[in-house]
Amino acid sequence: MAKVTIDGQTIEVPDGTTILQAARMIVDDKNYTGVNIAPPTMCYHSKLKTSGGYCRTCIVKVTKGSEKDPRPMPKPVASCRTTVMDGMEVVNLTSPEVLESRKAVVEFLLINHPLDCPICDQAGECHLQDLGYEHGLAKTRYDFKRRTFNLIDIGPYIKLHMTRCIMCFRCIKVADQITDGRYQGMLFRGDASEISTYISKAIDNDFSGNVIDVCPVGALTDRTFRFKSRVWFTKPMDAHRNCTKCKGKVSIWLKGDEVLRVTGRKDQWGEVQDWICNECRFEKKHVNDWVIEGPTHIDRHSVISANHYENLSSLKLDIGKQQKQLNKK
Amino acid sequence: MGKKLLLEHINVPGIETLEVYRQKGGYASVEKALKTMTPNDVVEEVKKSGLRGRGGAGFPTGMKWSFLYKPEGVERYLVCNADESEPGTFKDRFLMEHIPHSLIEGMITSSFALGAKTSYIYIRGEYFYVARILEKAIDEAYAAGLLGKNILGTDFSHDCYVQVGAGAYICGEETALLESLEGKRGNPRIKPPFPAIAGLYGCPTVVNNVETIATVCPIINMGGEEYAKIGIGRSTGTKLISASGHINKPGTYEIELGLPVEEFIYSEEYCGGIINGNKLKAVVAGGSSVPVLPAHLILKTEKGEPRLMSYESLSEGGFVSGSMLGSGGFIVYDETTSIVKNLYTFARFYHHESCGQCSPCREGTGWMEKILHRIVEGHGKPSDIDLLWDIQRKIEGNTICPLGDAAAWPVASAIRHFRAEFEEYINHPEKIKDIKHYYSVHQLAGA
Repeated sequence: MAKVTIDGQTIEVPDGTTILQAARMIVDDKNYTGVNIAPPTMCYHSKLKTSGGYCRTCIVKVTKGSEKDPRPMPKPVASCRTTVMDGMEVVNLTSPEVLESRKAVVEFLLINHPLDCPICDQAGECHLQDLGYEHGLAKTRYDFKRRTFNLIDIGPYIKLHMTRCIMCFRCIKVADQITDGRYQGMLFRGDASEISTYISKAIDNDFSGNVIDVCPVGALTDRTFRFKSRVWFTKPMDAHRNCTKCKGKVSIWLKGDEVLRVTGRKDQWGEVQDWICNECRFEKKHVNDWVIEGPTHIDRHSVISANHYENLSSLKLDIGKQQKQLNKK
Repeated sequence: MGKKLLLEHINVPGIETLEVYRQKGGYASVEKALKTMTPNDVVEEVKKSGLRGRGGAGFPTGMKWSFLYKPEGVERYLVCNADESEPGTFKDRFLMEHIPHSLIEGMITSSFALGAKTSYIYIRGEYFYVARILEKAIDEAYAAGLLGKNILGTDFSHDCYVQVGAGAYICGEETALLESLEGKRGNPRIKPPFPAIAGLYGCPTVVNNVETIATVCPIINMGGEEYAKIGIGRSTGTKLISASGHINKPGTYEIELGLPVEEFIYSEEYCGGIINGNKLKAVVAGGSSVPVLPAHLILKTEKGEPRLMSYESLSEGGFVSGSMLGSGGFIVYDETTSIVKNLYTFARFYHHESCGQCSPCREGTGWMEKILHRIVEGHGKPSDIDLLWDIQRKIEGNTICPLGDAAAWPVASAIRHFRAEFEEYINHPEKIKDIKHYYSVHQLAGA
């Protein structure tokens, strides 16, 4: 067991836990009433091995390495890939430097992102949107042409909108770890790199649809749902059915009696709880196919949860103010 | 004449062959180490010598070797990083091309110290002809019983392979190199675990630079303590410097660490002064990624002491008034050089070579290149300088591997020391029209 302190909150966690998991454990605790100190993530996904470390939004500062070696770590570290040591002290929201670095990362993520939220199916449940709002990046300093790619259909169900991609590698990990046979990968390098399938090969297997659920932005979208409705006009319901391929536990998104789309159930960190098969996702589009359990509880601070931006001020997460303090120093 | 250890026999005809190399005392360290020393003795000698990594970071080699995780029954590997991709550095190529056996000898001795049965030389794709030279040298060594089973009649067996990369800058980063060596896309791994715990094929691995490995031979031959007497302070021994730019005698030089920079640039033995008798403007002391220093700071430190060619002296003053020894790529600029255009070239390079894994480097390097391109084309805005400064500050330290830092440091130092030149470019775009590639606006104003 290792004792770790994050933003003044101490918790004892098993060895091998990452800083991010420890922070989430603190927030998950029923008795915890403070602010959400878990760092935001774009590329980390707890159900996918070796995910994380790429986007750098979860960076935190380690002010004390461990009880044995109390030296602070020289650079900010990716909390999703750094394991805790006994006596480690970490600052996240309480460090203006961390918030500034995170703001910088969000800016970098946004400079080549098309900002076509008004026509993007992901808008409303987009992690990048949340991050952008939270870090006050309404304006951009980038005045060059953004990179663009052509839209690609990968299979009959999935649309790849590479222009929106932020290179989180989650879909590649899904293709690697969940589905049999790897068809997806990264081509080229630097800011010209793109996610692609092997010579435009269609992704054709029972669990390929999960890449849509793990995509934090609107790069991979459900072709059966494209442009049908804004997500905030649909009502998510927990539902299940007997499926031979997967557990059959899903969220169905209703508009009236119509099932507009089916997704995996997501937890409060926006991560899929159970992978679902393509049959459940794309073919069972009728209310009679499903046993409805009740409304999906949306925990995550996204625009589809009510009063998100009012709640934001109650978090006392005034980054602009902290920024000013930092500049004074 | 300064002391020469690696390039002592460089002018001997036929030194690239095993026969001549052995006549000149080659492979003595292998015999000494395998027959009279234990692996730990070798590591101790290297520790005593104070040898520091010659690839750029300057981490003590003996220390790195002692960190190697040694579980029972698990292979260990030694990998030689011959992916010399830092712009301005060509010392390893010179050494491998002319005295290939010094590297092979070092590989055998070092592998013996680390208990590695297999070692790899990962060489960059552009050096394919050097790879052939190395392969020939390895064949000779196998034929002479210096590689293979039971080397020199001892029970130490070792195999050495050359692997040619495809020529990516990022593959000089040790974990990207290992990925590439495994046959995957050369993306840096996220650390920890460090290669000393889980490197090549998940086994403990040591990755060392060509020059570091070659230097192990003289250390074993003369003894660590004797080697530590060469050089100055914690910068022991000799170092190969690749001198390029506006000097009369560009090339690879072996210097004793602690040589004054002024002597290195102006003495006939080394660079032989600035070309055409021009004035010195700036120096990049250790390959393109280290901060550029203007003439007054490279010759003397901020305190007024003469600057020496050593790890400590070159980095004195931090990044505010100092630089780094780095990989020893010594690029000299005379007064005709445009720092802005030079920086644009560097920025373009780092943009092109960024692997695209982590966002600050992937997006930031491209952004910096675009801004610099705008400035050199005469369309710069007054706010661009501060924007560049802000971007580099936000890339530095936030990335997976040091490529982000390497892209940020030249920008930071150029703005710090040559801000006036950037302003000139932005405020007087008409002056920079139709000028030759390397002529600065100051030169133009004078003419």
